Amino acid sequence: MNGDHGGDGRDGEQPAERRIPGPRAAADDQESLPPVRHRGSEPPEPPEPPDPPGPSAPPLPHRVLKSLLGAWALAACSAEETAAVEEHLTSCARCADEALRLRDAVGLLHTDGTLDLDPMLRSRVLEGCLGRRPARIPVPSWAAPYDAETARLDALLRDIRDSEWHAPVRLKWFEGDQQVNRRTTVAGVIGHLMAVDGLVSTALGLDDPLGKGDGSPPPTPTGRTEAYWSAALRPPTRTVREPWRDQSHSLVRTVSFAGRGVAEMSVPYGDFALPLQDSLLERAFECWVHGGDIADAVDYPYEPPAAAHLQRMIDLAARLLPATLSERRRVGLAAPARHLVTAGSPGRSLHLEVEGRGGGDWYIALDSPAALGSADHTVAQVALDGVEFCRLVAGHVPPVEAAAGQEGDREAIRDVLFAAASLSRL
Amino acid sequence: MARDAPPRWDRRMQQRLARGEAAALGELYDRFAALVHSQAHRMLDDEDAADQVTREVFGYVWENPDAYDPKHGSMRSWVARLTHRRSVQRLRSEHGVDHGTDTDARAADLEHRVLKATAAARADYIVASMPAPLRAALELAYVQRRDYRQAAADLGVTGDEARRRLRLGLQLLSTANTRPSADSAPPGYGPTP
Repeated sequence: MNGDHGGDGRDGEQPAERRIPGPRAAADDQESLPPVRHRGSEPPEPPEPPDPPGPSAPPLPHRVLKSLLGAWALAACSAEETAAVEEHLTSCARCADEALRLRDAVGLLHTDGTLDLDPMLRSRVLEGCLGRRPARIPVPSWAAPYDAETARLDALLRDIRDSEWHAPVRLKWFEGDQQVNRRTTVAGVIGHLMAVDGLVSTALGLDDPLGKGDGSPPPTPTGRTEAYWSAALRPPTRTVREPWRDQSHSLVRTVSFAGRGVAEMSVPYGDFALPLQDSLLERAFECWVHGGDIADAVDYPYEPPAAAHLQRMIDLAARLLPATLSERRRVGLAAPARHLVTAGSPGRSLHLEVEGRGGGDWYIALDSPAALGSADHTVAQVALDGVEFCRLVAGHVPPVEAAAGQEGDREAIRDVLFAAASLSRL
Repeated sequence: MARDAPPRWDRRMQQRLARGEAAALGELYDRFAALVHSQAHRMLDDEDAADQVTREVFGYVWENPDAYDPKHGSMRSWVARLTHRRSVQRLRSEHGVDHGTDTDARAADLEHRVLKATAAARADYIVASMPAPLRAALELAYVQRRDYRQAAADLGVTGDEARRRLRLGLQLLSTANTRPSADSAPPGYGPTP
């Protein structure tokens, strides 16, 4: 019976009246027993078959009249019932008493629930707390973006209705330099995030959300997502929120306890691997990007991450670019290297100038992942906004439309922008 | 009630906070921030003041996790009490600053505001923690303006049952109006320490 609101068993939620459309006409004139307003402007409903219409209708028994008091106070019964209740109240003191009380209680309900918690309040409150009493077991700074982004997405999920969990979402990414997409739902996106976060859980020795099942789950993000989606007997619902959130909480907790060395622990993604600190950053990035996809689908605003977190995300993408370029070169998707560079020495570079929130300057080594990016060896420059760069990396904007300012070696620019888009995946 | 966390969660959270685990503080915030902020906002009707109370309440819990006694109710109800107390203090101090000379009439006006704000905040708390079927029925009738027959159809129950739920829900809610003394735990926040 409580499949809807009680389903996730989560505490700290808002009253059901949050985020509600237009206000109901005031039901808060508490001075006197009111003449009850009938529903909207619709004609009163015809009475139900057991209550024959007309003046000949037998009076409703006391038991029924009493049971109608709640519906009456909420103006949620038919015109005939309303009249019968009000008639009854003139002669039954106990019911009149209760009617008043319930009517006053309706005045305590409210619909002005549009006040969403400012997502940035979390970091301010936590900082304030930690200033008063430093943590003995802090959350590592490299896990902070993941902690913040999962909390932000969770706050969005708390505010959406049951039906919105089934709103269609189109996931977009690049494959072989073509934008591709895939349809799923809000709940399907959360399942996707959970399945891929499971790579990190598994690496840390935590339970895999895909379970033990028959055989081990596929090792790649896409494979895991497909496995999760196809294993579900029914389309996923909001019940996916709790296991997703539990997993993200336990990841943050586990890395807090794990000590220094864990930052460099390798997290395998099937065909590549990332050190744990980059892996959680990548998960934070995905969480933000898909949070944005979900917000679009349910028509909510969704801001970019805090500047310091955004900058870490951009930095990760910039660090991944040289190896991606070289891989694309190997399969003929990027132009050949121009120079041989000795490992560790500066080589031909592209200056990535990121403006706005999370901005900064990065020098992308073009000829070899082992080379150092260098301002002195810049052959091309690309300028773009931080959020726009992230949208490019997420595969949400085509590379040819991405950069606001371009200067220098056009081939290098093209290769880097396409490599950035190819960092995206399902 | 469906919404109340199991006591085990409360005790464990208390231990983790006492141990100084920042991740636990984050989880605490994720679970209770909406409650604290909306209650404070209901009482103070001011976004900045509600932000401030939110900081103070979490600051207090983080610094004094041992002040929570699981024998006296859930952590959720404790946090709600702290929020209420802090908001009342704030209402009083604002009033004190604004009107240096406190006449009886002003004092009475202040008490009226405190009571009204308390009832409103308590009502939110009651709605948030009442059994889900009652809340769903109230939401259909009040927010979506369904009559009880439509609500019954939406919920897949009989008209009798829908009427029962609406009445019971309002009865629970009406306890928010019973006169509390401002510093004791009002009904609806669980047992008084």
